[in-house]
Amino acid sequence: MATAHSRTAARYMMAPAVTLLLGWMLVPLVMTLYFSFSDYRPLRGVFEPWVGFENYVRFWNSSSFADSVQTTLILVAAVLVITVALGILLAMLLNEPIWGQGIVRILVISPFFVMPTVSALVWKNMMLDPNNGIFSHIWRFFGAVPHDFLSQSPLFSIILILSWQWLPFATLILLTAIQSLDSEQLEAAEMDGAPPLARFWFLILPHLGRAITIVVLIQTIFLLSIFAEIFVTTGGAFGTRTLSYLVFQRIVESQNIGLGSAGGIFAVIVANIVAIFLMRIVGKNLDA
Amino acid sequence: MTAAADGHATTLTIATVNNGDMIRMQGYTDDFTEKTGHQVEWVTLEENVLRQRVTTDITTKGGAFDLMTIGMYEAPIWGANGWLVPLDDLSADYDVGDILPAMAGGLSHEGTLYAAPFYGESSMIMYRTDLMEAAGLEMPDAPTWDFVRQAAAAMTDKDNEQYGICLRGKAGWGEGGAFITAMSNSFGARWFDMDWKPQFDTEAWANTLNFYKGMMDESGPAGYATNGFNENLNLFQQGKCGMWIDATVAASFVTNPNDSQVADSVGFALAPDTGLGKRSNWLWAWALGIPAGTQKADAAKEFIEWATGKAYIEMVAANEGWANVPPGARQSLYDNPNYQEVPFAQMTLDSILSADPADSTVDPSPYVGIQFAAIPEFAGIATLVSQEFSAAYAGQQTVEEALEKAQAIATEEMEAAGY
Amino acid sequence: MARAVTPRRKAIATTAAWGIGLLLFFPILWTILTSFKTEAQAISNPPVFLFFDWTFENYQVVQDRSGYMKFLWNSVIIAGGSTLLGIIVAVPAAWSMAFVPSARTKDILLWMLSTKMLPAVGVLYPISLVFIKLGILDTRIGLVVVLMLINLPIIVWMLYTYFREIPSEILEAARMDGASLKEEILYVLTPMAVPGIASTLLLNFILAWNEAFWTLNLTAANAAPLTAFIASYSSPEGLFFAKLSAASTMAIAPILILGWFSQKQLVRGLTFGAVK
Repeated sequence: MATAHSRTAARYMMAPAVTLLLGWMLVPLVMTLYFSFSDYRPLRGVFEPWVGFENYVRFWNSSSFADSVQTTLILVAAVLVITVALGILLAMLLNEPIWGQGIVRILVISPFFVMPTVSALVWKNMMLDPNNGIFSHIWRFFGAVPHDFLSQSPLFSIILILSWQWLPFATLILLTAIQSLDSEQLEAAEMDGAPPLARFWFLILPHLGRAITIVVLIQTIFLLSIFAEIFVTTGGAFGTRTLSYLVFQRIVESQNIGLGSAGGIFAVIVANIVAIFLMRIVGKNLDA
Repeated sequence: MTAAADGHATTLTIATVNNGDMIRMQGYTDDFTEKTGHQVEWVTLEENVLRQRVTTDITTKGGAFDLMTIGMYEAPIWGANGWLVPLDDLSADYDVGDILPAMAGGLSHEGTLYAAPFYGESSMIMYRTDLMEAAGLEMPDAPTWDFVRQAAAAMTDKDNEQYGICLRGKAGWGEGGAFITAMSNSFGARWFDMDWKPQFDTEAWANTLNFYKGMMDESGPAGYATNGFNENLNLFQQGKCGMWIDATVAASFVTNPNDSQVADSVGFALAPDTGLGKRSNWLWAWALGIPAGTQKADAAKEFIEWATGKAYIEMVAANEGWANVPPGARQSLYDNPNYQEVPFAQMTLDSILSADPADSTVDPSPYVGIQFAAIPEFAGIATLVSQEFSAAYAGQQTVEEALEKAQAIATEEMEAAGY
Repeated sequence: MARAVTPRRKAIATTAAWGIGLLLFFPILWTILTSFKTEAQAISNPPVFLFFDWTFENYQVVQDRSGYMKFLWNSVIIAGGSTLLGIIVAVPAAWSMAFVPSARTKDILLWMLSTKMLPAVGVLYPISLVFIKLGILDTRIGLVVVLMLINLPIIVWMLYTYFREIPSEILEAARMDGASLKEEILYVLTPMAVPGIASTLLLNFILAWNEAFWTLNLTAANAAPLTAFIASYSSPEGLFFAKLSAASTMAIAPILILGWFSQKQLVRGLTFGAVK
C-alpha cells in the first residue's frame, strides 16, 4: 500500500512538526537541567555553575514537596472523577429529546470559553466571597453564617472552579460518543425488559470507554500544569500548593532559580510517570 | 512641544500597579506628553502580577520597561546589584531634599537614591467615631493593643454584620505578612536576631499571633484569613468595621463620600503599641525606578521629575482637591496650609515620622525594614511563613504549629542562603 | 429514531436540562449583569438581579483607562496566527501519520502529547532568556510561535484522528489518476477533512485566546492581549466588582460569541477519535 516513495515523503512531512516540538522540549529542558545543578540566585548576584545534586536534595527534603505532590494528585483525580461522572449524566440528559436543545447546549458549553484567569476572578469575587458572593447571600437567606470557601474549604473551592471549567469539555466528547451508540440496540434492550441501570452498565458505559480515556488524557495534561486558578484565588495558601505552584514560588517569589529548576525537573518526572501510566491505557485504546 | 522639535521625543513603557493614585496619574499622561513631547505606554497590572513581571524582567535583563513601579523592598536590593539607574542628577527644581527622609532612606542604597517616591504611606487606625461613641469609649491619639481589643469587642454585633475590627489576614508577604510583622514589632518580636537566626520560637511571636487570632475570632469578620487591603477597604466603606488598621492612603478612600457610606464619621489614631517602645505601624513607598539597561534613561528621568515633583501635586489638587493628591512623599506637602486642612494629613505625617526602618524592633535586629527585612530571600520566606499564619487564622492548624513550621521554613531557607 | 417519547419524559428531561444549563451558565450571566450595575449596586445586600439602573458607565471607564481595541487586536492576531501556523505545520505531519503509518507513529504521537506536560513555570527563565536573546520579547510574532508550539500536539492529534477516518482508497484512486502528493493533500484530502479542520481551528483558537501564563510573562505594552488587560482590573484599591465584571465581559465576549455561533462545527468535530 504505502510505497517507498510515500514513506520518504511522509518522513519529510513529519519533519517540521517533530523538529519544532523537539526544539521546544529540548532547549528549555537542557537549560533547566543546567540551572538545576547550579547555585543561581540573581537577586544575590550569585551564580555558581556546579553544586552537584544539592538543589535536588533540598527540594526533595523540603517539607512542602511531598505535600505538593499529594495536593496535585488529589486535585487532578477529583476533577477527573467529577467531570467524567457528571459529564456522563449530563451527556445522557442532553441526548434526550428536549425543547430548546440548541440553547441548552450553548449554556452548558459556555464555561469552556471563559479564560482561566477570568473564571478564577469571577468565582473568587462574585461566587465564593464571604461578604458579597452569591453563596454567602444564599447562606444568609437561610439564616446561616456565610461559609468562607477559600479559607475553610480551599481545595474544594479550586476543584469546584476547575470542574466548572472542564465539565463542558467532558460533556461534549461524551455526548458525541453517546450519539454514536446504535439506538436500535438500545431499543432492543429496552424491549427485552432490561432495567435502565443494567442498560447503562452493560451497554452505554462500555461504549463510552474510549471517550472517557480521551477526556481523562486531555484533562490530565491541562490539569497538571494549572496555575492561574491558584495564583488568583489562594496564592498557594491553605494546602492548595500544587507541585507546579511550588516551583513557581521557588523561581519567582524566592528568586532561587537553581532550586526551582530542580523542582521543575521533579515536576517533569512526576508528569512523565503520570503520562506513562496514562499512555499505556490510551495507547491500548487507540488501537482498539 | 519643545522636546519633540529637538527630535528627542520617544515612547516610554512604564510598568505600574493598579492602585488609585497610579490610575489617576495615567489620566494626566497628556500633560506630560505636552510638556516633554514623549509618549507613554502604560502596562498596568495587579500588584502580585506586577511584582512577578518586573522581577523577572530585571533579573533576566529583559529590557521590556523603561520605568518600573517598585517599593521599598526592591529599590535598595536592586540598586545594590546595579540594576537601577542612580537618581543622583535630578534637576534643582525637583528639590530632592524635599522628599521625606524616611522615604528617601528606604529607597536608597548607601546614600544613593534609586527610586523616587510617587506616594508614601505608613499605617494607622481608622475608626468609626459614631460607633466608638455608642460604645461609650473614646479613642486616644496613641492607643494600646489592649484598648483596641476591648473597643473592638464593645463595637461588635455579628448578627448585624458589625465587626469591631478588620485586619489583614491574607497570605502573602505584602498582605497579611506585612501587617503581622509590623504588629509583632510592638510586641517585642523580630524576624532575626543579630546572628540572622529566625526568632519564631520566641514568646514574643507567640504573644503576637495569639493576641491577633484571639481578637479577630472575637471581633473580626468571617473569613478574615483571606482578607487583604482591598477586602477590608470594601468592608469598611460599607460600614461593617468599627476599626481598621491599615495603610494611611486608605484615609482618602474611606472619607470620600462617593465611595464610602461612612465618610463623615471616620477618626484617625496612631497604630497601637504595648508599651514596649515600638508601635505597630509600617513604612512603604511606591516609587519609580529606571532599569539600568534602558536606552531612554533621560526621558525616563523627565518622567520621574514630572510624576513625583511638586507641580504634579499642585495639578491634582487644582483638579480634584487636596484630599486626592499622592501623599506621604514630600515635606512641602505637609507644610502647605491647604493640605493641613485635610482631616487625615497630620496623622499620616505623624505615623510616617514615627516609623524608622533602620530601628524597627525592640530588641536589636540586623535588617533594615519594618514590615519586611530588606534581604533578597525575604519575599520568598515571608510568603511561605504568612501562608502558615493564614492557615492558623483559618483554624486549619494551631498558632503553635504555625510558628513551628515558620521557624523550620525560615531556618531552612536562611541556611541555604548561606547565613 | 423510532424511539417513542412520552411527553412526560420530554418535559422532565427539558426541565432538568434547562435547570442544569442555567446553573452552569449562572456565573457568566451574573458577571454580565454586574457589569451594568454601579459599584454600589454590585455589592448591595441582598443582591439585585434585574431591577437596577442599568448603566454603561463601567464600560466607559474601562475603555477610557485601557483602550480595549489594542488588546483585542493582539488577542486576535496571536490566537489566529498561532492557530493558522499550527495547522500549516500539522497537516503534513498528520497526513503522514494517518496514511503512511510506521511502527513508531503511535509513539511519536504520544511523545508529542507528553511535551505538553512540561510545567510552564519551570521553564519561565529559560524561555525568557531565549526570547531576550532573539529579541522577540513583547512581540506578537514571539507569542504566535510559542502558542503554536504549545498547541501543536493537540492540533496534530485532532487532525490525525480525522484523517484516519477518510478511507485511503479514495486517495489511492486520486493517485491512480496521476495526482501528485501535493495535489492529493490540497484537492482531495483537505476538502474532505474540512469539518475536522474547522473544528481543530476553533478549539485551538479558544485555547490560544485563553492562555494566560506566557501571554502575561512575555509581553509588556506592544503585544499584550486580553489576558494582560484583565490583570489590570483584578483587586485594585477600592470598589471594583462592577469594573472587573465589565472588563471580564469584554475579555470573554468575543470568544463566547464565536463559540455560540460555531458550536455546531465545534461539537461535531470535538471527538479526538473518541467515536469509531
